Amino acid sequence: MSDTIFAISSGAPPAAIGVIRISGPEAGSALRKLAGRDFTPRRASLATLRDADGGPLDQALVLWFPGPATATGEDLAELHCHGGRAVLVAVSGALEAIPGLRAAEAGEFTRRAFANGRIDLAEAEGLGELLSAETELQRAAAIQMAGGAFSAQVEEWRTSVLRLSAQLEAALDFSDEDDVSEMPPQFAEDIGALSQELDGWVSRPRAEKLGEGYRVVLAGPPNSGKSTLFNALIESEAAITSDIAGTTRDVIERNVAIASVPFSFVDTAGLRDESDDAIERIGIDRAREQLGRADTILWLGPEGEGPDGAWEVAAMSDADDYQAKPSANYVLSATTGAGVDALKQGLVAAARAALPKPGEAALNARQHSVLSDAAQALRGAIGQRDPLLCAEELRQARGAFDRLIGRTTTEDMLDTLFGRFCIGK
Amino acid sequence: MHSFDVLVIGGGHAGAEAACGAARMGARTGLVSFDLGAIGAMSCNPAIGGLGKGHLVREVDALDGVIGRAADAGAIHYRMLNRSKGSAVWGPRVQADRVLFKAEVQRIVKAQANLTLIAGEAAALRLEGGRVVGLELADGTALDAPRVVLCTGTFLGGTLFRGEECFTGGRIGENSAQRLAEQLRGADLPMARLKTGTPPRIDGRTIDWAALPEQASDDESWTMSALTEKRANPQVFCAITRTTEAAHDAIRANLHRSPLFSGAIDAAGPRYCPSIEDKIHRFGDRDGHQVFLEPEGLNTHLVYPNGISTSLPVDVQHDMVRAMAGLSQAEIVEPGYAVEYDHIDPRALTPDLQLRAIPGLYCAGQINGTTGYEEAAAQGLIAGLNAAAAETDREAPVLDRANSYIAVMVDDLTLQGVSEPYRMLTSRAEYRLRLRANNASTRLTKLGIEAGCVADERAQWFEHREAMRAVLGPLFAQKLHSKELADSSLPVRRDGGEKPISEWLRHDGVEFADLMTWVDAELVEALCANTDLADEMAEDAAYEPYLARQDAELRDLRASENLALAGDFPFAEVPGLSSEMIERLTSASPPTLAAAGRVPGVTPAALSALLVYARRWQTAA
Ligand SMILES: Cc1cc2nc3c(=O)[nH]c(=O)nc-3n(C[C@H](O)[C@H](O)[C@H](O)COP(=O)(O)OP(=O)(O)OC[C@H]3O[C@@H](n4cnc5c(N)ncnc54)[C@H](O)[C@@H]3O)c2cc1C
Ligand SMILES: Nc1nc2c(ncn2[C@@H]2O[C@H](COP(=O)(O)OP(=O)(O)O)[C@@H](O)[C@H]2O)c(=O)[nH]1
Ligand SMILES: [Mg+2]
Repeated sequence: MSDTIFAISSGAPPAAIGVIRISGPEAGSALRKLAGRDFTPRRASLATLRDADGGPLDQALVLWFPGPATATGEDLAELHCHGGRAVLVAVSGALEAIPGLRAAEAGEFTRRAFANGRIDLAEAEGLGELLSAETELQRAAAIQMAGGAFSAQVEEWRTSVLRLSAQLEAALDFSDEDDVSEMPPQFAEDIGALSQELDGWVSRPRAEKLGEGYRVVLAGPPNSGKSTLFNALIESEAAITSDIAGTTRDVIERNVAIASVPFSFVDTAGLRDESDDAIERIGIDRAREQLGRADTILWLGPEGEGPDGAWEVAAMSDADDYQAKPSANYVLSATTGAGVDALKQGLVAAARAALPKPGEAALNARQHSVLSDAAQALRGAIGQRDPLLCAEELRQARGAFDRLIGRTTTEDMLDTLFGRFCIGK
Repeated sequence: MHSFDVLVIGGGHAGAEAACGAARMGARTGLVSFDLGAIGAMSCNPAIGGLGKGHLVREVDALDGVIGRAADAGAIHYRMLNRSKGSAVWGPRVQADRVLFKAEVQRIVKAQANLTLIAGEAAALRLEGGRVVGLELADGTALDAPRVVLCTGTFLGGTLFRGEECFTGGRIGENSAQRLAEQLRGADLPMARLKTGTPPRIDGRTIDWAALPEQASDDESWTMSALTEKRANPQVFCAITRTTEAAHDAIRANLHRSPLFSGAIDAAGPRYCPSIEDKIHRFGDRDGHQVFLEPEGLNTHLVYPNGISTSLPVDVQHDMVRAMAGLSQAEIVEPGYAVEYDHIDPRALTPDLQLRAIPGLYCAGQINGTTGYEEAAAQGLIAGLNAAAAETDREAPVLDRANSYIAVMVDDLTLQGVSEPYRMLTSRAEYRLRLRANNASTRLTKLGIEAGCVADERAQWFEHREAMRAVLGPLFAQKLHSKELADSSLPVRRDGGEKPISEWLRHDGVEFADLMTWVDAELVEALCANTDLADEMAEDAAYEPYLARQDAELRDLRASENLALAGDFPFAEVPGLSSEMIERLTSASPPTLAAAGRVPGVTPAALSALLVYARRWQTAA
């Protein structure tokens, strides 16, 4: 049987309350030792927690969940203590002193939930993302994963492929018995439809995008007002602005949410080819690299001279030497703020279109790569004239689905996954 | 004379392989069977091989077994099933003259060094401290052996059914074998009941052959055994007929008289080769089922109608047969019947086919819930090699799901058990692309030579073959330009660039023969002298991208095959395993983590819990 583990499951103290979770076969007896009595399952009750010598530790709200229908699949208790550092240290100390109890390792609660079949791999991953979600969009996407919506989708694909495989295997193993005919046209159609569906998923916006934010890079010659606009967009003084050409020597990146859409704004050095300053030249190289990674480039330089697809921004509209750009997408002054909101709205609209939709499951890098394997296998199955190779492609697709929800597990994958969790989850 | 390393009971297909395999490994082996003249008898359809089964025959042959050579010696009709599909699912199959087949098995068995044949009936196991120490024959003779292999087929509680008739066992000496049966039942082994059936035999002289389409033996030169130089016997043809509505009506009207439907038999039969009454019952909408009329031998008039296995009463069998084309005058010589029998739940066996509950006792063949000569032979080989290895300080060849159908079968049996008679199918093998019937020697003969179960003749043959492989290698590496191919009007794009022959062979419409104009004459000659090998190498080249993709999967598989859960692994102590999982795992006792993954009903979650614990357990041990 397993150890009983405990950990502080709320944020770092001090805070208003601090929640300590205990999971494992000894959770009930530990609770009895600490609170001196039994508790009604799934009912909040107030109790005084005491150490081994009977000294009071804290007044806490206690929740008792007998297993296996709990988050971890084991007996589980939660102590909602006062959130002071000393209180939590003292209660943890008293738990540590109970034989059979030990502090949890990172991710151990979730790992147990997974081991006990309470969640599958995709759900565990979603939980990881849910815990690190910083914006509403991230949270909405992660909850789709954690809630099992994506797992259910994978299960559906898996069943479809299994059905197709069975049809094909019957033709391979029993064709000589004439009870099985050749593959019907419907077979190829079904594979085609499934393949298209997967391709659609693979080209969907990815979960990391939600964490990284929609990437907006400001570009233009020195002194075109990039840094000033950057500051206006992020509403702080992150980038140094000045009228000496080349002040922004490196790349500055800030993540902000506008209208709860995550953005990553990038201010770059001006694109001057003739700089003598070595450091600035490095900055210029980096700027070029940034342009390649941008989702949207705001071009503040002379019209038509910016990178392909960049938005033409006519900046410094209030300045005396304002250079009008006849076909500018946006005309604005970062100093007065005129036109900046319109730009923000434009960016939010573009980002919304490019980021995972609220309520849609978004794939993380691992899931994306595994699902790509499945999609590739199905594409391979479509044109395959050798039924044997078609069967092999379908088998590969099934293998990918299994890996997606953790039906086949390798230790590396588990370790990386559960290593990402903070201790108390 | 009375002391052996390994004793094999039963001279069927499992027993012959077990005995010869153990003897080839150098163990002093004895083979005990009722009637030495019945060794190698085919109880039913005299056909060897087929889809999946052909792979097993070639694999047993690659380890120098008996069945492939005997099949060639008896073969009167060769056919490569599934020829139109990829080569990995081709199923070599022969129909054998049962007299010739049996004679060859007996010749091989008698010629085998280290092997003593003992006519008699095994009456009881001799056990000491729960271990096998030998055997007692019905005449009271005591034989000593630390390893005993049970290859007794359906001797456990067999019952024959034909319509309303029912006979128990009926084999010679059934009564004394009762003690052996009692011992097995007494060991508290999990047992279950299965059924199988056989069709009526028809007198070939009463068939109107001229009215039926023929299926000739194929005119190629392949053989079942790598050591057979050429086909030995005159080849006969089969004929094809179909069941008719009238035949179906006769069956339907009498379904209640079949023990399958009257409730007399409730054991599961093979879904894969159902009785004709099953077919009519389940696929009622079909207007006919194909029936192959297969001659049973060169010197017999008996014809085996493949596809109408039945346990209906004799009068119904008669009506059904006569309702088919070409059979309106047919005479049934021997009516069909069904057999219900007990088998051991093979989950009670370790991967060397040894019973966990009775150390030293191995089981192979139909007694383990399989059906078919090939399945029996392959298990016999495994049990024989392992029993011998344990007594001779050698290692039996290491087989796994990625190198053989044999291992796929043993793994399926010992982990999953059976719910119907187990028959090999190619879809059971996930690494099917690399497990081809025609590359069995490449996969296994070297392992066999290392283990010591391959005799000189085959070892030399293999050495020569590997030398030829080295000679042919450069041919596949030779580069040709797409222009040259296109100029010879091969269907490739002119701008495809330069590629080795191995890659050109992957193109649709580019065949080996098309490329020979560019190949050095000496190599062409070598190629023509080794067409089997060249075909195998060409197929390897064709499948190469797929095989490469499986490599990562295989690395994972082998890594978890290396994570041992052997013997005393405390499943009950693994944190987070539900009692249901503990129960499933404990009863299947998977020897490795990979095997645990194949135990039915074991969840991914349980597996990862196992994985974490097994790692710790292994380092602690
Ligand atoms: C009715 C029927 C129809 C079948 N149809 C087919 C078919 O069409 N195709 C196919 O591939 N397979 C068929 N099978 C299955 C096939 O016959 C078996 O799977 C295969 O023969 C099993 O081989 P074995 O070595 O395990 O047993 P067997 O071939 O049955 O050999 C067992 C041997 O053990 C001997 N023996 C038993 N008890 C003792 C004892 N106590 N002491 C000494 N000797 C003993 C017996 O005399 C016999 O020689 C059929 C089986 C039956 C019963
Ligand atoms: N009047 C006015 N001046 C601006 C505006 N934006 C930038 N400036 C000034 O132009 C100069 C260069 O601006 P900066 O943002 O550093 O340009 P960068 O080199 O492109 O980053 C600074 O002196 C800014 O104060 C604006 O919208 N209106
Ligand atoms: Mg700047």
